[in-house]
Amino acid sequence: MEIPKSFLGYKRENGRAGTRNHVIILPVDDISNACAEAVANNIKGTIALPHSYGRLQFGADLELHFRTMIGTGSNPNVAAVIVIGIEPKWTKKIVDGIAKTGKPVEGFHIERTGDIGTVMKASKKAQEFVMWASEKQREECPISDLWISVKCGESDTTSGLASNPTVGNLMDKLEPLGVHLCFGETSELTGAEKVCATRGSTKEASDKFMKTWSSYNDFILKEATNDLSESQPTAGNIAGGLTTIEEKAFGNFQKIGSCKFVDVLEPAEEPKKGKGLYFMDTSSAAAECVTLQAAAGFNIHLFPTGQGNIVGNPIEPVVKLTANPLTVKGMGEHIDCDVSKILSREMNLSEAGDRLIESTLRVANGRLTCAEALGHKEFVMTKLYRSA
Amino acid sequence: MTTDIIIHDQKDNVGVVVIEKIIPKQDCNCWIMENDSSTNIQSMDEIPLGHKIAMVDFKEGDTIIKYGHDIGKVVKSIKKGEHVHVHNVKTKKW
Repeated sequence: MEIPKSFLGYKRENGRAGTRNHVIILPVDDISNACAEAVANNIKGTIALPHSYGRLQFGADLELHFRTMIGTGSNPNVAAVIVIGIEPKWTKKIVDGIAKTGKPVEGFHIERTGDIGTVMKASKKAQEFVMWASEKQREECPISDLWISVKCGESDTTSGLASNPTVGNLMDKLEPLGVHLCFGETSELTGAEKVCATRGSTKEASDKFMKTWSSYNDFILKEATNDLSESQPTAGNIAGGLTTIEEKAFGNFQKIGSCKFVDVLEPAEEPKKGKGLYFMDTSSAAAECVTLQAAAGFNIHLFPTGQGNIVGNPIEPVVKLTANPLTVKGMGEHIDCDVSKILSREMNLSEAGDRLIESTLRVANGRLTCAEALGHKEFVMTKLYRSA
Repeated sequence: MTTDIIIHDQKDNVGVVVIEKIIPKQDCNCWIMENDSSTNIQSMDEIPLGHKIAMVDFKEGDTIIKYGHDIGKVVKSIKKGEHVHVHNVKTKKW
């Protein structure tokens, strides 16, 4: 298949391109959710991103909070942002961070004004933003403007046999065209960590990966009250035939094809070393991982599933594929790309990769994903430890 | 000819059932992906889609190889053709 050289995206002020054109209402903290949701209810075409955190965090955990907030607002799939927080200082910090992209952003704080006054002021601005954004047109953008993140979920053995290698095939075909790629799931590489480390494009990248993995593994071993066999593999994984974390890890690892990673990113950290594949230190929980990748600037997500994970994200469209024919049959409304014919050998891996490229480009051009049509908007912040 | 079982790597000592299920005494066609070759096995157990079958006899302490790599240890002996899963294999991690 000849791979298209372009897609239709929204060009942003900082040179990036979006596959979506959202106007978001971003609460700085948990107690500002009500206000943000009221604004999104008032002004049609906007979406609120409620979450559970943002008060009394400190240190690396607070830095991650800001990085996730600012990164989410800065994502090219977002046209404009309203930020609402309880107090002015942290609200402004997030507004200033997002403003660096050049996109319209305005902050409102609730103290001294109350919810009702804030909702009124923020709604007026949100209306202005959404009407402005509604005139943005899709334009031809080079395929290298795609930043593709990947994460698998509710995996079973069909993931490692077929749907993950399909993503790997797509990576092998798109990497030479200059796209950015990202995989994560630190804990789910356990068992394959040494093999994964050899895929660093430099010794520095390999060493950084081993350091990141070891630190996460030490943390898991320290906190574990049992051998983790209840969580990794999950009950769904086991029902699907996966027996051990090592088996899951080698299946997981098929997603990167034969690509090498250029750098290891902190959670929600924007890649800075140009095109190519990046590893991000993330949880393996689906919504947490996708939220962090979206906050790092990735504008389309590929999600292979075995037993049928249903996750979506409010700003980054999540394209799902599966090779499990029972999942296609039982929950087909969640599956954007069916590659189950690989198992019956009616489709080879390269054909499956081509089909996934087609699905990805259709979604990049504006086709709704199953998760979008079904209203999945899981926005889940990663929290590193207890608040003060 | 349908493929009942897929084996990733020639070194692997387990295969994955890729039809809805196989039943005891079923003669199964296996496809080895790595080198596009075929082999056969007779199943001993009913094994559902996605679950593994032993391609050789295992005794306690043996290593299961899949994707050409170590994916865990045998904790209860397994005969060729039997179901391989959490009841007879455990992780070497955690």
